[in-house]
Amino acid sequence: MPDIDFEFTFILLTNGLMIGLMYALIALGFVLVYKATDAINFAQGEFVMFAAFIAAGAAAGGLSFWLCAALALAGMVVFGFGLERIVLRPLMGRPIIAVVMATIGVAAVLRGFATLVFGAGTRVIEMPVGDDPIILGPLMLPPVQIVGATVSLIFLGAFSWLFLKSRMGVAMRAVAESQQVAAAMGIDVRRYFAFAWALAGVVSALGGIVWGAMLGVDNQIAVIGLKVFPVVILGGLDSIVGAVVGGLIVGIVENLAAGYFDPIVGGGTKDFAPYVLMIAMLMVRPYGIFGSRRIERV
Amino acid sequence: MLHRESGVFKTSYAADMALYPLPIARWTVAALAACFIVLVPLTVSEYYVSILNLILIAIVGALGLNVLVGYTGQISIGHGAFMSVGAYTAANLITRIHAPFWIALPAGGLMAALVGAVVGIPSLRVKGLYLAIATLAAQLIIEWTINHVPWISGGVQASIEVPRPTFFGIPLKSQVQLYLFLMAFVVIAIVATMNLVRSRVGRAFIAIRDQDIAAEIIGIDIARYKLWAFAISSFYAGVTGVLYTYYLGIANYEQFQLNVSIDYLAMIIIGGLGSVLGSIFGAIFVTMLPIVTRWFLEDVGSLFFSQSDLLNIIPNLRLIMFGTLIIVFLALEPEGLNRLWRNIVAYFRVWPFSY
Repeated sequence: MPDIDFEFTFILLTNGLMIGLMYALIALGFVLVYKATDAINFAQGEFVMFAAFIAAGAAAGGLSFWLCAALALAGMVVFGFGLERIVLRPLMGRPIIAVVMATIGVAAVLRGFATLVFGAGTRVIEMPVGDDPIILGPLMLPPVQIVGATVSLIFLGAFSWLFLKSRMGVAMRAVAESQQVAAAMGIDVRRYFAFAWALAGVVSALGGIVWGAMLGVDNQIAVIGLKVFPVVILGGLDSIVGAVVGGLIVGIVENLAAGYFDPIVGGGTKDFAPYVLMIAMLMVRPYGIFGSRRIERV
Repeated sequence: MLHRESGVFKTSYAADMALYPLPIARWTVAALAACFIVLVPLTVSEYYVSILNLILIAIVGALGLNVLVGYTGQISIGHGAFMSVGAYTAANLITRIHAPFWIALPAGGLMAALVGAVVGIPSLRVKGLYLAIATLAAQLIIEWTINHVPWISGGVQASIEVPRPTFFGIPLKSQVQLYLFLMAFVVIAIVATMNLVRSRVGRAFIAIRDQDIAAEIIGIDIARYKLWAFAISSFYAGVTGVLYTYYLGIANYEQFQLNVSIDYLAMIIIGGLGSVLGSIFGAIFVTMLPIVTRWFLEDVGSLFFSQSDLLNIIPNLRLIMFGTLIIVFLALEPEGLNRLWRNIVAYFRVWPFSY
């Protein structure tokens, strides 16, 4: 066991918190779709990548940051609607593996398409916040991370409100609960399915801009999609609060693991530790910390 | 098969389940065997045989995955990792104790089966999406473990060189020799799968897939059979990994990453879930897709694009076509190529006197 250095641990924790909030933002897209349509989006990482490419492409065309962001948002909303209409609607009511594989197919198409159109090189998204890290005692926080964490917090709050209070959110929850009953109550199920995917597009666009600004935009950004699974399993698949808590746990755990275990085993624990945690969670409490217990036992 | 009868004349379950549905089927099988075992090695050039070898290896893996996904209804996104377990087990046995192929192959398969059964344990508790994520985790964890334990991975760059197998003292050097070697295992795999799915075990698998609660009520021990399905399926995957290692001459974890698991899932979806013939069709289709794309673009594409552009276009176009095909098959023909084939056969059943 290495000596516990409190300052070092504190830095790891803070970084984990920041990154965790940004994971939560991406997991939110996943949770929204699952909550409203019972479908699982294995292409969430590719959504984020695609949005980041749109923003970076627009930035390369000389547009201002806000215009790029707006373009990415609009593009992803259109994309979400289109995807639901073309790919997912024909698969309504089919076994889970069909939807899983369809989104995997979408992921392959997006990855191929994005690299084909935008090339394999790394692009940048410049946020109008400057590059000088903000120094708080021992902490050095890049402004991009702070903006990312703030954006995440704002939107997580906004979506919680949307789901709990707004008419649209209530309708979506009704659709998720039972499509037939919802339809009988006069809710247009298809419309809310489309809304859910469009919202996933919105969240992905935000995630894409934030992550793209932090890491640079290339097709490797889609790897974030793999982090979504531990986040949502830990927090609970159908809980927005769960996405936040799961994101924070994953962010903190992977930073601590990277800080303390990487020197021992020689790297890579960052991607590994969250999955071990996730398997443990699946064994003990598969519906996650905040998820509803709807799992059928056989 | 190629022969046809003019209607359905089966009167007993045994006749319906028979491996040879008609007496003439024996001749069809004999003709196919003659074609693939005698004619192909004699006539086809080395390069094309090497492609056939890739297809043969893929068939074994696709059959195995279909046992799990198609027949038992459990999802696995971790089959690439099971293949790597088989590959590294065999590679270590071969380099450390000079094991011949008839030890290395089953050993690789058994080790993969063991790991597969362990990974299958969550399937007793969760299903559907949760199982998909659990197997995805297994894929990543196994990959990481192999990559970070030098004792398994052989240290530098996690790859172990493996000599070609020797058959009664003859090293299988050429692609044609390897082709015959692989063909033997493909035949075993096909016959084994066909017999498995019409046995008691296979019927239990299908019952679990169709309605797990009902299966339990009629007395099928679901936990046991689910683990069996994982073990059998992973055994195939392990053997596939060993065969692939022999083919490449090297065991390397990069050959067994997440995209391989997805490729195999695509094979059985495009080919047809829950069908032996479908697994074969799917393996051929998905293996040929990138190769044909490359041939096509190198010939036709060079008219429009420069060489360096083509190098960028080919892999990405392949990804796009791959994804599109999965979606198209899922949406339009969920039973895959196998269904298309059966439709053709059904059409010709009474042709030209359909009434």
